[in-house]
Amino acid sequence: MEARPVIRVEAPALPEKQEGALPAEQHALKMAARDVNLWYGEKQALFDVSLDILDSSVTALIGPSGCGKSTFLRCLNRMNDVIEGCTITGDITLDGQDIYAPQVDPVQLRARVGMVFQKPNPFPKSIFENVAYGPRIHGLATSKADLEEIVVTSLTKAGLFEEVKDRLQESGTGLSGGQQQRLCIARAISVNPEVILMDEPCSALDPIATARIEALMDELKENYCIVIVTHSMQQAARVSQRTAFFHLGKLVEVDETAKIFTNPTDVRTQDYITGRFG
Amino acid sequence: MIGYLLLGIIALSVFSYVFARRRAVAAVGGRQHELHSRPAYHGAFVAAWVGIPAFLLVLIWLTLQGPVINTLLLWSLPPGTTDGLDRGQIDLLLSEIRSVAAGNVFGEPSLVVQAAAERYLRWQTIASYAMVVVALSVALLGLLLAFRRIAPKFRARHAAERILNGLLIACSLIAILTTLGILLSLLIEALRFFEKVSPFEFFFGLNWEPQIPIREGQVTAGGAFGAIPVFTGTLLISAIAMLVAIPVGLYSAIYLSEYAHPKFRSVVKPLLELLAGIPTVVYGFFAVLTVAPAMRNFGELIGVPIAPNSALAAGAVMGVMIIPFVSSLSDDAIAAVPRAMRDGSYAMGATKGETITKVLLPAALPGIMGGILLAVSRAIGETMIVVMAAGIIASLTANPLEPVTTVTVQIVTLLIGDTEFDNPKTLAAFALGLVLFLVTLALNVLALRIVRKYREQYE
Amino acid sequence: MSDAAIGGVPPVREFASAESNRRVRRRYAADRRLQAYGIIAIGLAVGLLGILVTSLVVTGFPAFVQTKVDLATFVDPAKVDPKDPAAGNYRGLVRDALASFMPADATDKQKTEVTKILTSDAPYIVRDYVVSHPDAIGKTITVPIAMSDPFDQLNKGVIPKEVDALSWSQVRYFERLQNRGVVVEEGGRTSLKLDVYVDPAKIEPGPPPTGDCAALARDSLQAYLPDVHDTALFAMLADDAPDAIAKLVASDPNLIGKTVQVSFPFSAPFAELAEGKSPKVPNPRFTPSQIEAFDAMTAKGIVHMPFNWELFFNADSRFPERAGLAGAITGTFLMLLVSFALSFPIGIAAAVYLEEFAPKNRLTDLIEVNINNLAAVPSVVFGLLGLAVFIGFFGLPRSVPLVGGMVMSLITLPTIIIATRAALKSVPPSIREAALGVGASKHQVMLHHVLPLAMPGILTGTIIGMAHALGETAPLLLIGMNAFIPSIENMGILEPATTLPTQIYSWADSPERGFVSRTSAAILVLLGFLVIMNLLAVVLRQRFERKW
Repeated sequence: MEARPVIRVEAPALPEKQEGALPAEQHALKMAARDVNLWYGEKQALFDVSLDILDSSVTALIGPSGCGKSTFLRCLNRMNDVIEGCTITGDITLDGQDIYAPQVDPVQLRARVGMVFQKPNPFPKSIFENVAYGPRIHGLATSKADLEEIVVTSLTKAGLFEEVKDRLQESGTGLSGGQQQRLCIARAISVNPEVILMDEPCSALDPIATARIEALMDELKENYCIVIVTHSMQQAARVSQRTAFFHLGKLVEVDETAKIFTNPTDVRTQDYITGRFG
Repeated sequence: MIGYLLLGIIALSVFSYVFARRRAVAAVGGRQHELHSRPAYHGAFVAAWVGIPAFLLVLIWLTLQGPVINTLLLWSLPPGTTDGLDRGQIDLLLSEIRSVAAGNVFGEPSLVVQAAAERYLRWQTIASYAMVVVALSVALLGLLLAFRRIAPKFRARHAAERILNGLLIACSLIAILTTLGILLSLLIEALRFFEKVSPFEFFFGLNWEPQIPIREGQVTAGGAFGAIPVFTGTLLISAIAMLVAIPVGLYSAIYLSEYAHPKFRSVVKPLLELLAGIPTVVYGFFAVLTVAPAMRNFGELIGVPIAPNSALAAGAVMGVMIIPFVSSLSDDAIAAVPRAMRDGSYAMGATKGETITKVLLPAALPGIMGGILLAVSRAIGETMIVVMAAGIIASLTANPLEPVTTVTVQIVTLLIGDTEFDNPKTLAAFALGLVLFLVTLALNVLALRIVRKYREQYE
Repeated sequence: MSDAAIGGVPPVREFASAESNRRVRRRYAADRRLQAYGIIAIGLAVGLLGILVTSLVVTGFPAFVQTKVDLATFVDPAKVDPKDPAAGNYRGLVRDALASFMPADATDKQKTEVTKILTSDAPYIVRDYVVSHPDAIGKTITVPIAMSDPFDQLNKGVIPKEVDALSWSQVRYFERLQNRGVVVEEGGRTSLKLDVYVDPAKIEPGPPPTGDCAALARDSLQAYLPDVHDTALFAMLADDAPDAIAKLVASDPNLIGKTVQVSFPFSAPFAELAEGKSPKVPNPRFTPSQIEAFDAMTAKGIVHMPFNWELFFNADSRFPERAGLAGAITGTFLMLLVSFALSFPIGIAAAVYLEEFAPKNRLTDLIEVNINNLAAVPSVVFGLLGLAVFIGFFGLPRSVPLVGGMVMSLITLPTIIIATRAALKSVPPSIREAALGVGASKHQVMLHHVLPLAMPGILTGTIIGMAHALGETAPLLLIGMNAFIPSIENMGILEPATTLPTQIYSWADSPERGFVSRTSAAILVLLGFLVIMNLLAVVLRQRFERKW
């Protein structure tokens, strides 16, 4: 995979004392959220969330269930658009461009911001077709050989190719849970996304499969910007460079992972990571 | 007579219920807590013993009375009367006797028949009186036997509940009895048909002319019974129906389940289902009144002759009737595809249309196939539309502009009017019915299996 | 590195390439196409439903009114004996009453024609009136009498008084000739100017020339429209058209064997057509004396169209103007009564057993599979069962509501059982446990608590099953429940009967035009019953639906 030119973007002017804004030192700013509010019908689910997401790193979103971390994640590739009665205010930018701008098409956005879900959800098709799905709809392959190459590369990157190379035509639903999830990761990276969102990708997996996925994330972060939602603080600590703590729809604190887990600023963060609630 | 008898049995049961309750209370001198079961159970127990055996007896009696009297009648005829008559002619003789007895005399019946009719009437009267006497005695016997068991210690509740259980089981068995009844009656009559017409001719013959009058003493003693044109006609009309119903039903289901605003859906879905609630005789009339003439006029306009009872008109109208089957089953199947599949596809940057055609439809395919199979079985078994709008003459053609006939049309036309159970024309209807039953049964079983498997896949 | 680092302005990269944008547009077009197909499909289905209902309402609506004449009839004591009013010559009375609408010199044939304006039952209507009002004898009475079907249709405007003289194809032929330029104005009138080959084989030089000039005229006309094989074409030529050839040949016998131009006069209707009018002729279904009498009645103001109560209160009749649905409605009611009496208790019992008491074993599995499959067996097969078992084996009579009801109960049982089981399932276990907890037996819990609570659901299912049975036709045809029932006296569950759907079938099969409208009206009545039953089910469900 060729290296994309990294575009350094200055974040839009920030209000004073923005907790989420952190000057990027080693990493470019990939996505930025400013004052994001979200309602499901009458019910507000996110309150003034502002968060910077850096390229080539893993950002973990943690918090008790129902805190809005998954909701926020789904804002990043406009998956909430599908939900009836969902309204969003505020700005979310990808490389400085507002992704909710009218000229931005969610279809194209999602090709750049891929997603992996909590429960592995391979399509009831062959392994090959699962991975080929994205390149096909986006017209990324000009020939059959091209397509095969993309599939093999994606499966290899997802660390699955060796296990399935002899049965690419078998159904993707026949794989084990961990394999299915890696298949979904392969499917997500098949369209060359810049950002990969992962919504509790390991919650349905056993420890061994979890370890493999975590190792995979570690490899992938060299080339991708990864945002992961997890309910496991250990996992956040293991895989992420930055961690954001959500509580009751608000972003409480965001910082280097090491700092969050050793020396959090906010008392609620402290309470959560020490297990007082959650 | 029978009505009064049944009323009498019911009255007797009610009476014994009241009587037995009193008896139970009296048995403990009014101290009801000393009874094992509440008095009502004693009443119910006795009433059941009075009513049920007598009622069953009446049923059995009624079943057997006809055949027994017929046999007696045949025995009583002067020796030699029935010599050399085959079964059909004997049946004819019996029905003549019956109609003479009922007072419907056409022409001058022979003396033998008149005498037999008198005997018939006499035996009928005797039989009904005997039935009343026997039924009432059985009821009284039941009363007596059950009544003697009333005692403080008697577990009347258990006994009554056992009887109730038995009744419940008997009612559930009706489903099996119905299936058995269908299978047996169709099989027996069909076998009788195959005694007269070889199965080979029926299943492979190309000529179906059961209505043509046959001259005396012809070898086959019936028309031609090659059912292939009937089968192909059924297939042709069903195929046309499915050609209408599958695209319309499937696209409606796609739109309703994925695109439509909930308000639009809540209005249109019941409207579509209304199509399934309209009686088929109405569709038949619609085909004859509106669709067929419209098609004929259109054909005239473009210079193509279209028969007034063309397969196209009948099939198209049948297709309209079947739309809701396809659409609601497809809708269910598409809705049953888990949300995760949609999310997965949208997250890949697929449009709604791509998600539907490339993910949802393939995933829902087994469910949709099951629905389509059910719809096919519905089309094959549909009767009134084709009886009114399709042809009666069986012709071996694949041209949808010509009239063809179907299995169901033949069943109805062969059996409408007076039926005698002995001529191949009548029996042919049962052979066709057997084929129809088995084919639709197979389709249903297959469809239900596919649908169930499909549901399990996502549970 | 990009220039962003150099300038201070945040660079806004194009979100996607032009190629990608083009592709996305194409993909959205496909999406919209799919959506359009969906809308077209729904439009088709709903549109067809609309056409169905509209065509039924349009054709059926006229049958809800009936044209009647208030005919003043003098009850001549010479024709009706006051001692035995039922035996009078009522046919004569009606004939006399109609005389006032005819010229005095009307022939017997014309009188007979005019009596056909009224229903054939007219004498019986008068008789029934006189029998119930014996004091009318010797007086003039005015009884409303239904008009016969053609005149009913005439009065409603369904059948026109005049029809087009020329068929659609005849007009087409004319237009084609017009386009060829052979229809010309000559001397103030329009005529047909054709090339005629004066065939020596068909004409003798004479003098005077003799031969088949008509054939020559036909041949020349045919030559212009060689693809038409329709003798109606030649109606275009006036009767004296061949004379034009004869005249020409008489004037110059040398023309024989040559091709000449001849102007043929048009026949009257085509001449009118050439003038741009649409020629009409009186409707051949009516005779002039009938039209005259009909117009006289209308002019007198005694023709009116009251609501057709007879549609509901008369039984079937061979004459559409007298045919009603009373017999069919009664028969349907009796059949549904039998069906309800059988399937309601049996259905509940079976459902209760399967849902509450049945052990899970192969027998109950078999029963369940059977119930599901029976729900999908074609109804005509149930008709075969009824014919073979109830009529053939048990010897029950044909055509009677008892057998119809038994067959229908078998058809509706699966529906009722499935609905009842659903209703029983929806009763929460807490109720059962509460009742069991106070020491009730399982049967008591069932009878006293669960069944009453499930009853609305069970009734809803039963009504839907009955509505289904109401619309079934095919099995009833097989067991002969399409009897002709001219009177609703003596109807019972063991007497021959007909039902609404089979009545619709019989009427739809009748050749008389009036039955088309009656059939639609009967269908509207049937649909009305279905709507009422379904509404009842909906109301019942909403009224008693409990959220546990």
